[in-house]
Amino acid sequence: MTVKVVERRELTFWENLYLPQIISGLRITSRHFFRNLFLHIAHLFGRLKHIRAAATYQYPEELRPLMSRYRSRHRLTVRDDGSPRCVGCMLCETVCPAKCITIVPGEHPDPHVEKYPVRFDIDLGVCVYCGYCVEACPEDAIRMDTGILDLAAYSREAMQLDIHELMDPGLRKPLGECSLEFPHKCSLTDGEMKGSWESVDEA
Amino acid sequence: MIEALLIKLALAGLVLFAVLNFAGLHTWVERKQSALIQDRIGANRAPILGFRMLGLFHGIADAIKMFTKEDIVPTGANKTLHTLAPFFSVFFALVAFAAIPFGDRLVWGDLVIDLQVANINAALLYVFAMLSMGVYGVILAGFASRNNYAIMGGLRATAQMISYEIALGVAVLGVIMVYGTMNLADLVRAQGHMIGGWIPLWGIVTQPLAFFIFVTAALAETKRLPFDLPEGESEIIGYFVEYSGMKFGMFFLTDFLETIMVACLATTLFFGGWQVPFLSPEGFQFPWGAEILVSNLVYVLLGVTSFTFKVIVFSWLFMQIRWTLPRFRYDQLMSLGWKGLFPVAVVNVVVTALVLMFFAEASP
Repeated sequence: MTVKVVERRELTFWENLYLPQIISGLRITSRHFFRNLFLHIAHLFGRLKHIRAAATYQYPEELRPLMSRYRSRHRLTVRDDGSPRCVGCMLCETVCPAKCITIVPGEHPDPHVEKYPVRFDIDLGVCVYCGYCVEACPEDAIRMDTGILDLAAYSREAMQLDIHELMDPGLRKPLGECSLEFPHKCSLTDGEMKGSWESVDEA
Repeated sequence: MIEALLIKLALAGLVLFAVLNFAGLHTWVERKQSALIQDRIGANRAPILGFRMLGLFHGIADAIKMFTKEDIVPTGANKTLHTLAPFFSVFFALVAFAAIPFGDRLVWGDLVIDLQVANINAALLYVFAMLSMGVYGVILAGFASRNNYAIMGGLRATAQMISYEIALGVAVLGVIMVYGTMNLADLVRAQGHMIGGWIPLWGIVTQPLAFFIFVTAALAETKRLPFDLPEGESEIIGYFVEYSGMKFGMFFLTDFLETIMVACLATTLFFGGWQVPFLSPEGFQFPWGAEILVSNLVYVLLGVTSFTFKVIVFSWLFMQIRWTLPRFRYDQLMSLGWKGLFPVAVVNVVVTALVLMFFAEASP
Protein backbone atom coordinates (compact mmCIF):
# COMPACT_ATOMS: atom_id res chain seq x y z
CA MET A 1 0.00 0.00 0.00
CA THR A 2 1.48 3.27 -1.01
CA VAL A 3 1.16 6.43 0.91
CA LYS A 4 0.11 9.40 -1.11
CA VAL A 5 1.89 12.50 0.08
CA VAL A 6 -0.26 15.54 -0.37
CA GLU A 7 1.88 18.59 -0.76
CA ARG A 8 0.50 21.52 1.09
CA ARG A 9 0.67 24.43 -1.27
CA GLU A 10 2.68 27.41 -0.11
CA LEU A 11 0.76 30.66 -0.22
CA THR A 12 1.98 33.02 -2.87
CA PHE A 13 3.07 36.54 -2.07
CA TRP A 14 -0.25 37.99 -3.20
CA GLU A 15 -2.21 35.56 -1.11
CA ASN A 16 -0.09 36.38 1.92
CA LEU A 17 -0.95 40.04 1.48
CA TYR A 18 -4.59 39.25 2.49
CA LEU A 19 -5.90 42.23 0.59
CA PRO A 20 -6.30 40.71 -2.91
CA GLN A 21 -7.95 37.66 -1.37
CA ILE A 22 -10.31 39.81 0.67
CA ILE A 23 -11.21 41.74 -2.47
CA SER A 24 -11.90 38.54 -4.39
CA GLY A 25 -14.12 37.38 -1.52
CA LEU A 26 -15.91 40.71 -1.56
CA ARG A 27 -16.39 40.32 -5.29
CA ILE A 28 -18.28 37.07 -4.76
CA THR A 29 -20.54 38.41 -2.01
CA SER A 30 -21.11 41.64 -3.91
CA ARG A 31 -22.06 39.72 -7.03
CA HIS A 32 -24.74 37.89 -5.08
CA PHE A 33 -25.82 41.09 -3.35
CA PHE A 34 -26.29 43.17 -6.48
CA ARG A 35 -27.77 40.35 -8.54
CA ASN A 36 -30.39 39.64 -5.89
CA LEU A 37 -31.03 43.32 -5.23
CA PHE A 38 -31.62 43.88 -8.94
CA LEU A 39 -33.92 40.87 -9.21
CA HIS A 40 -35.92 41.86 -6.12
CA ILE A 41 -36.47 45.34 -7.52
CA ALA A 42 -37.39 43.85 -10.90
CA HIS A 43 -39.89 41.55 -9.15
CA LEU A 44 -41.46 44.56 -7.42
CA PHE A 45 -42.25 45.91 -10.87
CA GLY A 46 -43.46 42.54 -12.06
CA ARG A 47 -40.49 41.86 -14.32
CA LEU A 48 -38.20 38.82 -14.59
CA LYS A 49 -40.52 36.82 -12.37
CA HIS A 50 -39.20 33.55 -13.82
CA ILE A 51 -35.74 34.12 -12.28
CA ARG A 52 -35.75 33.50 -8.56
CA ALA A 53 -33.93 36.04 -6.43
CA ALA A 54 -33.76 33.81 -3.37
CA ALA A 55 -33.11 30.12 -3.00
CA THR A 56 -35.55 29.99 -0.09
CA TYR A 57 -39.31 29.43 -0.19
CA GLN A 58 -41.63 31.66 1.82
CA TYR A 59 -43.24 28.63 3.38
CA PRO A 60 -46.85 29.20 4.42
CA GLU A 61 -47.59 31.33 1.37
CA GLU A 62 -45.39 29.47 -1.07
CA LEU A 63 -45.14 25.68 -1.00
CA ARG A 64 -42.11 23.91 -2.25
CA PRO A 65 -42.94 21.61 -5.19
CA LEU A 66 -43.08 18.04 -3.92
CA MET A 67 -41.62 15.01 -5.63
CA SER A 68 -44.32 12.70 -6.99
CA ARG A 69 -43.06 9.90 -4.75
CA TYR A 70 -43.05 12.09 -1.66
CA ARG A 71 -45.00 10.53 1.22
CA SER A 72 -47.37 13.07 2.67
CA ARG A 73 -50.60 12.62 4.68
CA HIS A 74 -52.63 9.50 3.91
CA ARG A 75 -55.94 9.39 2.17
CA LEU A 76 -58.46 6.62 1.45
CA THR A 77 -59.41 6.38 -2.19
CA VAL A 78 -63.14 6.26 -2.99
CA ARG A 79 -65.22 4.47 -5.57
CA ASP A 80 -67.43 6.29 -8.05
CA ASP A 81 -70.38 5.98 -5.71
CA GLY A 82 -68.47 7.66 -2.91
CA SER A 83 -67.91 4.58 -0.78
CA PRO A 84 -64.39 3.71 0.37
CA ARG A 85 -62.38 1.40 -1.86
CA CYS A 86 -61.06 -0.30 1.26
CA VAL A 87 -62.24 -3.87 1.74
CA GLY A 88 -61.12 -4.17 5.34
CA CYS A 89 -58.53 -6.86 4.66
CA MET A 90 -56.39 -5.62 7.56
CA LEU A 91 -53.14 -5.94 5.55
CA CYS A 92 -52.10 -2.37 6.23
CA GLU A 93 -52.89 -2.65 9.91
CA THR A 94 -50.83 -5.82 10.04
CA VAL A 95 -47.84 -4.45 8.16
CA CYS A 96 -47.78 -1.13 9.99
CA PRO A 97 -44.56 -1.07 12.08
CA ALA A 98 -45.85 1.77 14.24
CA LYS A 99 -49.25 0.17 14.82
CA CYS A 100 -50.99 3.45 14.11
CA ILE A 101 -53.82 2.05 11.96
CA THR A 102 -57.02 0.83 13.56
CA ILE A 103 -59.55 -0.89 11.30
CA VAL A 104 -62.88 -2.31 12.38
CA PRO A 105 -64.25 -4.27 9.42
CA GLY A 106 -67.91 -4.92 8.85
CA GLU A 107 -69.85 -7.06 6.40
CA HIS A 108 -70.72 -5.24 3.22
CA PRO A 109 -74.37 -5.42 2.01
CA ASP A 110 -73.09 -6.09 -1.54
CA PRO A 111 -72.30 -9.84 -1.71
CA HIS A 112 -69.53 -9.17 -4.28
CA VAL A 113 -67.70 -7.04 -1.76
CA GLU A 114 -66.87 -9.04 1.31
CA LYS A 115 -66.09 -6.40 3.89
CA TYR A 116 -65.85 -2.67 4.33
CA PRO A 117 -64.25 -0.58 7.09
CA VAL A 118 -66.71 0.36 9.78
CA ARG A 119 -63.90 2.28 11.30
CA PHE A 120 -60.58 3.36 9.80
CA ASP A 121 -58.41 5.49 12.08
CA ILE A 122 -54.81 6.57 11.66
CA ASP A 123 -52.96 8.11 14.58
CA LEU A 124 -50.58 10.55 12.90
CA GLY A 125 -48.85 11.15 16.21
CA VAL A 126 -47.59 7.58 16.01
CA CYS A 127 -47.21 7.13 12.24
CA VAL A 128 -43.65 6.97 10.96
CA TYR A 129 -44.52 7.66 7.30
CA CYS A 130 -42.84 4.48 6.05
CA GLY A 131 -45.44 3.97 3.35
CA TYR A 132 -45.75 0.21 3.98
CA CYS A 133 -49.54 0.50 4.20
CA VAL A 134 -49.63 1.89 0.66
CA GLU A 135 -47.45 -0.93 -0.63
CA ALA A 136 -49.37 -3.63 1.22
CA CYS A 137 -52.80 -2.56 0.01
CA PRO A 138 -54.14 -4.91 -2.70
CA GLU A 139 -56.99 -2.56 -3.61
CA ASP A 140 -55.09 0.71 -4.06
CA ALA A 141 -57.36 1.95 -1.29
CA ILE A 142 -54.79 3.94 0.71
CA ARG A 143 -52.38 6.44 -0.75
CA MET A 144 -49.97 9.00 0.64
CA ASP A 145 -50.25 11.63 -2.06
CA THR A 146 -52.34 14.44 -0.54
CA GLY A 147 -49.37 16.82 -0.32
CA ILE A 148 -50.51 17.83 3.16
CA LEU A 149 -47.48 18.60 5.30
CA ASP A 150 -48.75 20.88 8.04
CA LEU A 151 -49.84 18.27 10.54
CA ALA A 152 -49.50 20.27 13.70
CA ALA A 153 -52.15 20.02 16.40
CA TYR A 154 -52.64 21.17 19.95
CA SER A 155 -53.49 17.75 21.35
CA ARG A 156 -52.81 14.07 20.73
CA GLU A 157 -56.51 13.53 20.03
CA ALA A 158 -56.41 16.03 17.19
CA MET A 159 -53.66 14.00 15.55
CA GLN A 160 -56.02 11.05 15.17
CA LEU A 161 -57.71 10.98 11.80
CA ASP A 162 -60.93 9.08 11.30
CA ILE A 163 -62.46 7.92 8.07
CA HIS A 164 -64.00 11.31 7.27
CA GLU A 165 -60.70 13.09 7.03
CA LEU A 166 -59.01 10.17 5.35
CA MET A 167 -61.59 10.02 2.58
CA ASP A 168 -61.70 13.77 2.05
CA PRO A 169 -58.21 15.31 2.31
CA GLY A 170 -59.63 18.81 2.13
CA LEU A 171 -61.63 18.22 5.29
CA ARG A 172 -60.33 19.46 8.58
CA LYS A 173 -61.66 19.00 12.10
CA PRO A 174 -63.98 19.89 13.68
CA LEU A 175 -66.72 18.40 11.54
CA GLY A 176 -70.35 19.28 12.06
CA GLU A 177 -71.71 15.79 11.94
CA CYS A 178 -70.94 12.48 10.28
CA SER A 179 -71.65 12.98 6.59
CA LEU A 180 -70.79 9.52 5.28
CA GLU A 181 -73.61 7.58 3.72
CA PHE A 182 -72.40 4.22 4.94
CA PRO A 183 -73.09 3.24 8.49
CA HIS A 184 -69.92 4.28 10.28
CA LYS A 185 -68.46 4.33 13.69
CA CYS A 186 -66.75 7.63 14.19
CA SER A 187 -65.98 10.04 16.96
CA LEU A 188 -68.78 12.33 15.81
CA THR A 189 -71.38 9.76 16.68
CA ASP A 190 -69.63 8.82 19.92
CA GLY A 191 -68.49 5.54 18.40
CA GLU A 192 -72.06 4.51 17.62
CA MET A 193 -73.06 3.28 14.21
CA LYS A 194 -74.59 6.04 12.17
CA GLY A 195 -77.49 5.00 9.96
CA SER A 196 -78.52 1.39 9.62
CA TRP A 197 -78.30 -1.55 7.24
CA GLU A 198 -81.84 -0.91 6.12
CA SER A 199 -81.09 2.57 4.85
CA VAL A 200 -78.16 1.18 2.89
CA ASP A 201 -80.24 -1.57 1.39
CA GLU A 202 -82.81 0.92 0.20
CA ALA A 203 -80.22 3.06 -1.48
CA MET B 1 -25.04 83.71 24.02
CA ILE B 2 -28.39 81.98 24.48
CA GLU B 3 -28.68 81.87 20.69
CA ALA B 4 -25.35 80.04 20.35
CA LEU B 5 -26.40 77.60 23.04
CA LEU B 6 -29.69 76.88 21.29
CA ILE B 7 -27.92 76.31 17.99
CA LYS B 8 -25.49 73.91 19.64
CA LEU B 9 -28.35 72.05 21.32
CA ALA B 10 -30.20 71.81 18.02
CA LEU B 11 -27.08 70.50 16.30
CA ALA B 12 -26.46 67.97 19.05
CA GLY B 13 -30.08 66.85 18.84
CA LEU B 14 -29.84 66.55 15.07
CA VAL B 15 -26.66 64.48 15.25
CA LEU B 16 -28.05 62.22 17.98
CA PHE B 17 -31.29 61.75 16.05
CA ALA B 18 -29.51 60.93 12.81
CA VAL B 19 -26.93 58.64 14.37
CA LEU B 20 -29.33 56.68 16.58
CA ASN B 21 -31.78 56.21 13.73
CA PHE B 22 -29.01 55.12 11.43
CA ALA B 23 -27.84 52.66 14.09
CA GLY B 24 -31.39 51.35 14.40
CA LEU B 25 -31.57 50.99 10.64
CA HIS B 26 -28.36 49.00 10.81
CA THR B 27 -30.24 46.10 12.39
CA TRP B 28 -32.44 46.06 9.32
CA VAL B 29 -29.52 46.51 6.93
CA GLU B 30 -27.64 43.71 8.66
CA ARG B 31 -30.55 41.31 8.24
CA LYS B 32 -31.40 42.25 4.69
CA GLN B 33 -27.88 42.60 3.35
CA SER B 34 -26.81 39.26 4.75
CA ALA B 35 -29.97 37.76 3.29
CA LEU B 36 -29.23 39.13 -0.15
CA ILE B 37 -25.64 37.93 0.01
CA GLN B 38 -26.77 34.45 0.98
CA ASP B 39 -29.65 34.23 -1.53
CA ARG B 40 -32.32 34.55 1.14
CA ILE B 41 -35.21 36.97 1.66
CA GLY B 42 -34.45 38.13 5.17
CA ALA B 43 -36.67 39.09 8.08
CA ASN B 44 -40.04 40.25 6.71
CA ARG B 45 -42.64 39.07 9.20
CA ALA B 46 -43.35 41.91 11.60
CA PRO B 47 -46.43 43.53 10.11
CA ILE B 48 -48.14 46.64 11.44
CA LEU B 49 -51.76 46.69 10.20
CA GLY B 50 -50.78 44.24 7.51
CA PHE B 51 -47.92 46.35 6.17
CA ARG B 52 -44.60 44.59 6.21
CA MET B 53 -42.46 47.36 4.74
CA LEU B 54 -39.71 44.93 3.72
CA GLY B 55 -39.18 43.97 7.35
CA LEU B 56 -38.41 47.50 8.56
CA PHE B 57 -40.62 46.99 11.61
CA HIS B 58 -38.38 44.26 12.96
CA GLY B 59 -36.23 46.96 14.52
CA ILE B 60 -39.26 48.21 16.47
CA ALA B 61 -40.13 44.67 17.49
CA ASP B 62 -36.55 44.23 18.68
CA ALA B 63 -36.71 47.39 20.74
CA ILE B 64 -40.02 46.37 22.36
CA LYS B 65 -38.63 42.95 23.14
CA MET B 66 -35.43 44.36 24.63
CA PHE B 67 -37.25 46.84 26.82
CA THR B 68 -39.79 44.36 28.16
CA LYS B 69 -37.39 41.51 28.80
CA GLU B 70 -36.36 40.58 32.30
CA ASP B 71 -33.14 42.25 33.36
CA ILE B 72 -30.98 39.64 35.03
CA VAL B 73 -27.99 40.48 37.19
CA PRO B 74 -26.12 37.31 38.15
CA THR B 75 -25.57 36.49 41.81
CA GLY B 76 -22.17 37.62 42.95
CA ALA B 77 -21.85 40.16 40.19
CA ASN B 78 -20.85 43.70 41.01
CA LYS B 79 -24.25 45.27 40.57
CA THR B 80 -23.11 48.87 40.15
CA LEU B 81 -20.46 48.12 37.56
CA HIS B 82 -22.68 45.58 35.85
CA THR B 83 -25.31 48.28 35.36
CA LEU B 84 -22.81 50.99 34.51
CA ALA B 85 -20.88 49.09 31.83
CA PRO B 86 -23.42 49.27 28.97
CA PHE B 87 -24.00 52.95 29.69
CA PHE B 88 -20.26 53.61 29.44
CA SER B 89 -20.17 51.79 26.12
CA VAL B 90 -23.04 53.72 24.56
CA PHE B 91 -22.04 57.05 26.08
CA PHE B 92 -18.50 57.08 24.72
CA ALA B 93 -19.62 55.78 21.34
CA LEU B 94 -22.22 58.58 21.08
CA VAL B 95 -20.09 61.37 22.47
CA ALA B 96 -17.37 60.80 19.87
CA PHE B 97 -19.77 61.96 17.14
CA ALA B 98 -19.62 65.51 18.51
CA ALA B 99 -16.34 66.19 16.75
CA ILE B 100 -17.37 64.98 13.30
CA PRO B 101 -18.04 67.85 10.87
CA PHE B 102 -20.91 66.87 8.60
CA GLY B 103 -21.15 70.04 6.56
CA ASP B 104 -19.49 73.35 5.78
CA ARG B 105 -20.40 76.68 7.39
CA LEU B 106 -24.04 77.57 6.99
CA VAL B 107 -24.64 81.30 6.70
CA TRP B 108 -28.07 82.42 7.94
CA GLY B 109 -28.31 86.19 7.96
CA ASP B 110 -25.47 87.29 10.26
CA LEU B 111 -25.33 83.84 11.84
CA VAL B 112 -22.51 81.56 10.76
CA ILE B 113 -23.19 78.02 11.88
CA ASP B 114 -20.49 75.37 11.82
CA LEU B 115 -22.22 72.09 11.01
CA GLN B 116 -20.36 70.30 13.76
CA VAL B 117 -21.43 69.92 17.36
CA ALA B 118 -18.06 70.81 18.87
CA ASN B 119 -15.28 72.49 16.96
CA ILE B 120 -12.36 71.06 18.90
CA ASN B 121 -8.81 71.95 17.90
CA ALA B 122 -7.46 68.50 18.64
CA ALA B 123 -10.65 66.80 17.47
CA LEU B 124 -8.81 63.76 16.20
CA LEU B 125 -7.26 63.15 19.62
CA TYR B 126 -10.68 63.59 21.21
CA VAL B 127 -12.31 61.07 18.89
CA PHE B 128 -9.61 58.49 19.47
CA ALA B 129 -9.74 59.10 23.21
CA MET B 130 -13.49 58.47 23.22
CA LEU B 131 -13.13 55.37 21.06
CA SER B 132 -10.51 54.04 23.46
CA MET B 133 -12.68 54.83 26.45
CA GLY B 134 -15.29 52.60 24.88
CA VAL B 135 -13.22 49.60 25.89
CA TYR B 136 -13.86 50.51 29.52
CA GLY B 137 -17.47 49.50 29.05
CA VAL B 138 -16.37 46.19 27.60
CA ILE B 139 -13.79 45.31 30.25
CA LEU B 140 -16.11 46.48 33.04
CA ALA B 141 -18.86 44.28 31.65
CA GLY B 142 -16.51 41.33 31.59
CA PHE B 143 -15.18 42.03 35.06
CA ALA B 144 -18.48 42.82 36.75
CA SER B 145 -20.35 39.81 35.38
CA ARG B 146 -18.39 37.35 37.47
CA ASN B 147 -18.29 34.89 34.65
CA ASN B 148 -15.08 33.41 33.31
CA TYR B 149 -16.19 33.62 29.73
CA ALA B 150 -17.25 37.21 30.17
CA ILE B 151 -13.91 38.27 31.62
CA MET B 152 -12.14 36.35 28.89
CA GLY B 153 -14.10 38.34 26.33
CA GLY B 154 -13.24 41.54 28.15
CA LEU B 155 -9.54 40.69 28.23
CA ARG B 156 -9.57 39.76 24.55
CA ALA B 157 -11.22 43.07 23.77
CA THR B 158 -8.60 44.94 25.76
CA ALA B 159 -5.68 43.17 24.13
CA GLN B 160 -7.23 43.69 20.72
CA MET B 161 -7.88 47.38 21.33
CA ILE B 162 -4.31 48.00 22.48
CA SER B 163 -2.72 46.23 19.55
CA TYR B 164 -4.94 47.83 16.95
CA GLU B 165 -5.22 51.31 18.35
CA ILE B 166 -1.48 51.81 17.93
CA ALA B 167 -1.65 50.90 14.25
CA LEU B 168 -4.73 53.10 13.96
CA GLY B 169 -3.02 56.09 15.55
CA VAL B 170 0.18 55.70 13.53
CA ALA B 171 -1.81 55.35 10.30
CA VAL B 172 -3.68 58.55 11.02
CA LEU B 173 -0.37 60.26 11.81
CA GLY B 174 0.41 60.25 8.09
CA VAL B 175 -2.83 62.12 7.36
CA ILE B 176 -2.08 64.67 10.07
CA MET B 177 1.40 65.23 8.63
CA VAL B 178 0.10 65.80 5.11
CA TYR B 179 -2.66 68.26 6.07
CA GLY B 180 -0.90 69.72 9.10
CA THR B 181 -3.93 69.88 11.36
CA MET B 182 -5.79 67.82 13.94
CA ASN B 183 -8.89 69.95 13.64
CA LEU B 184 -11.32 67.81 11.66
CA ALA B 185 -13.12 70.79 10.10
CA ASP B 186 -9.83 72.25 8.88
CA LEU B 187 -8.74 68.80 7.76
CA VAL B 188 -11.81 68.46 5.57
CA ARG B 189 -11.32 71.96 4.17
CA ALA B 190 -7.69 71.14 3.35
CA GLN B 191 -8.93 68.19 1.31
CA GLY B 192 -10.93 70.53 -0.93
CA HIS B 193 -8.00 71.42 -3.19
CA MET B 194 -7.37 69.76 -6.51
CA ILE B 195 -4.25 68.22 -7.92
CA GLY B 196 -3.81 69.66 -11.39
CA GLY B 197 -7.46 70.66 -11.28
CA TRP B 198 -8.66 67.11 -11.84
CA ILE B 199 -8.05 64.86 -8.87
CA PRO B 200 -9.37 65.98 -5.49
CA LEU B 201 -6.68 66.08 -2.81
CA TRP B 202 -8.45 63.59 -0.58
CA GLY B 203 -6.72 61.45 2.03
CA ILE B 204 -7.09 58.35 -0.11
CA VAL B 205 -4.98 60.04 -2.83
CA THR B 206 -2.24 61.28 -0.56
CA GLN B 207 -2.23 58.38 1.90
CA PRO B 208 -3.56 55.22 0.21
CA LEU B 209 -1.55 52.88 2.42
CA ALA B 210 -2.71 54.62 5.58
CA PHE B 211 -6.29 54.20 4.38
CA PHE B 212 -6.05 50.42 4.22
CA ILE B 213 -4.30 50.23 7.58
CA PHE B 214 -6.89 52.55 9.04
CA VAL B 215 -9.84 50.56 7.73
CA THR B 216 -8.38 47.25 8.96
CA ALA B 217 -7.52 48.58 12.39
CA ALA B 218 -10.81 50.42 12.66
CA LEU B 219 -12.75 47.26 11.83
CA ALA B 220 -10.87 45.57 14.65
CA GLU B 221 -11.91 48.51 16.83
CA THR B 222 -15.60 47.88 16.13
CA LYS B 223 -15.32 44.29 17.40
CA ARG B 224 -17.25 42.89 14.46
CA LEU B 225 -16.30 40.11 12.11
CA PRO B 226 -13.60 39.26 11.10
CA PHE B 227 -12.28 40.70 14.37
CA ASP B 228 -15.12 39.68 16.68
CA LEU B 229 -13.02 37.62 19.08
CA PRO B 230 -14.22 39.52 22.17
CA GLU B 231 -17.74 38.32 21.39
CA GLY B 232 -17.00 35.16 19.41
CA GLU B 233 -20.42 33.54 19.70
CA SER B 234 -19.22 30.07 18.86
CA GLU B 235 -16.53 29.90 21.51
CA ILE B 236 -16.91 32.25 24.50
CA ILE B 237 -19.99 34.35 23.62
CA GLY B 238 -18.04 37.21 25.08
CA TYR B 239 -18.21 40.03 27.54
CA PHE B 240 -22.00 40.34 27.38
CA VAL B 241 -22.90 36.74 28.26
CA GLU B 242 -24.49 37.85 31.48
CA TYR B 243 -26.52 40.68 30.00
CA SER B 244 -30.14 40.59 29.01
CA GLY B 245 -32.82 43.01 27.97
CA MET B 246 -31.92 46.54 26.99
CA LYS B 247 -28.52 46.35 28.67
CA PHE B 248 -27.58 43.78 26.10
CA GLY B 249 -29.30 45.93 23.53
CA MET B 250 -27.01 48.80 24.45
CA PHE B 251 -23.92 46.72 23.74
CA PHE B 252 -25.50 45.76 20.47
CA LEU B 253 -26.22 49.40 19.72
CA THR B 254 -22.63 50.30 20.59
CA ASP B 255 -21.41 47.89 17.94
CA PHE B 256 -23.46 49.64 15.30
CA LEU B 257 -22.59 53.10 16.63
CA GLU B 258 -18.90 52.26 16.42
CA THR B 259 -19.34 51.00 12.87
CA ILE B 260 -20.97 54.30 11.94
CA MET B 261 -18.26 56.19 13.81
CA VAL B 262 -15.56 54.38 11.87
CA ALA B 263 -17.43 55.06 8.62
CA CYS B 264 -17.61 58.76 9.57
CA LEU B 265 -13.90 58.83 10.40
CA ALA B 266 -12.91 57.08 7.18
CA THR B 267 -15.04 59.59 5.27
CA THR B 268 -13.62 62.57 7.11
CA LEU B 269 -9.98 61.53 7.00
CA PHE B 270 -9.69 59.83 3.63
CA PHE B 271 -12.65 60.77 1.48
CA GLY B 272 -12.91 64.48 1.94
CA GLY B 273 -15.76 64.57 4.47
CA TRP B 274 -18.47 66.82 3.07
CA GLN B 275 -16.41 67.80 0.02
CA VAL B 276 -18.04 67.30 -3.34
CA PRO B 277 -15.55 67.05 -6.22
CA PHE B 278 -15.25 70.36 -8.14
CA LEU B 279 -17.58 72.12 -5.68
CA SER B 280 -16.22 75.19 -3.93
CA PRO B 281 -18.25 77.61 -1.75
CA GLU B 282 -19.00 79.65 -4.89
CA GLY B 283 -20.24 76.73 -6.95
CA PHE B 284 -19.05 74.00 -9.27
CA GLN B 285 -15.81 74.83 -11.10
CA PHE B 286 -15.02 72.13 -13.59
CA PRO B 287 -11.48 71.75 -14.93
CA TRP B 288 -12.71 72.23 -18.49
CA GLY B 289 -13.80 75.71 -17.55
CA ALA B 290 -17.54 75.31 -16.98
CA GLU B 291 -19.02 76.90 -13.89
CA ILE B 292 -22.33 76.48 -12.09
CA LEU B 293 -22.99 78.99 -9.32
CA VAL B 294 -24.96 77.76 -6.29
CA SER B 295 -26.23 79.56 -3.21
CA ASN B 296 -24.75 78.92 0.22
CA LEU B 297 -27.74 76.83 1.32
CA VAL B 298 -27.54 74.54 -1.70
CA TYR B 299 -23.79 74.27 -1.27
CA VAL B 300 -24.12 73.22 2.38
CA LEU B 301 -26.94 70.79 1.61
CA LEU B 302 -24.90 69.21 -1.16
CA GLY B 303 -22.05 68.87 1.32
CA VAL B 304 -24.24 67.17 3.94
CA THR B 305 -25.67 64.86 1.28
CA SER B 306 -22.20 63.99 0.08
CA PHE B 307 -21.08 63.23 3.64
CA THR B 308 -24.14 61.06 4.31
CA PHE B 309 -23.68 59.24 1.02
CA LYS B 310 -20.05 58.45 1.78
CA VAL B 311 -20.91 57.25 5.28
CA ILE B 312 -23.63 54.98 3.86
CA VAL B 313 -21.22 53.57 1.29
CA PHE B 314 -18.70 52.82 4.01
CA SER B 315 -21.34 51.24 6.23
CA TRP B 316 -22.30 49.06 3.28
CA LEU B 317 -18.68 48.10 2.72
CA PHE B 318 -18.14 47.21 6.38
CA MET B 319 -21.31 45.14 6.39
CA GLN B 320 -20.17 43.40 3.23
CA ILE B 321 -16.78 42.63 4.81
CA ARG B 322 -18.54 41.39 7.94
CA TRP B 323 -20.56 38.90 5.90
CA THR B 324 -17.65 37.86 3.70
CA LEU B 325 -14.77 37.02 5.99
CA PRO B 326 -14.58 34.34 8.67
CA ARG B 327 -13.17 35.10 12.11
CA PHE B 328 -9.43 35.36 12.66
CA ARG B 329 -7.72 33.01 15.06
CA TYR B 330 -6.45 34.86 18.11
CA ASP B 331 -2.73 34.47 17.33
CA GLN B 332 -3.38 35.48 13.71
CA LEU B 333 -5.16 38.56 14.98
CA MET B 334 -2.26 39.54 17.20
CA SER B 335 0.40 38.86 14.60
CA LEU B 336 -1.56 40.81 11.99
CA GLY B 337 -1.76 43.75 14.36
CA TRP B 338 1.82 43.77 15.65
CA LYS B 339 3.80 42.21 12.82
CA GLY B 340 1.69 43.38 9.91
CA LEU B 341 -0.16 46.63 10.37
CA PHE B 342 2.07 48.36 12.91
CA PRO B 343 5.39 48.12 10.96
CA VAL B 344 3.67 49.07 7.71
CA ALA B 345 2.09 52.06 9.42
CA VAL B 346 5.47 53.17 10.77
CA VAL B 347 7.07 52.80 7.33
CA ASN B 348 4.20 54.84 5.91
CA VAL B 349 4.89 57.63 8.40
CA VAL B 350 8.62 57.64 7.62
CA VAL B 351 8.04 57.70 3.85
CA THR B 352 5.46 60.45 4.24
CA ALA B 353 7.89 62.48 6.32
CA LEU B 354 10.66 62.08 3.72
CA VAL B 355 8.38 63.03 0.85
CA LEU B 356 7.06 66.04 2.72
CA MET B 357 10.63 67.14 3.48
CA PHE B 358 11.59 66.97 -0.20
CA PHE B 359 8.47 68.88 -1.15
CA ALA B 360 9.26 71.53 1.43
CA GLU B 361 12.82 71.87 0.08
CA ALA B 362 11.65 71.95 -3.51
CA SER B 363 9.17 74.75 -2.87
CA PRO B 364 10.33 76.88 0.03
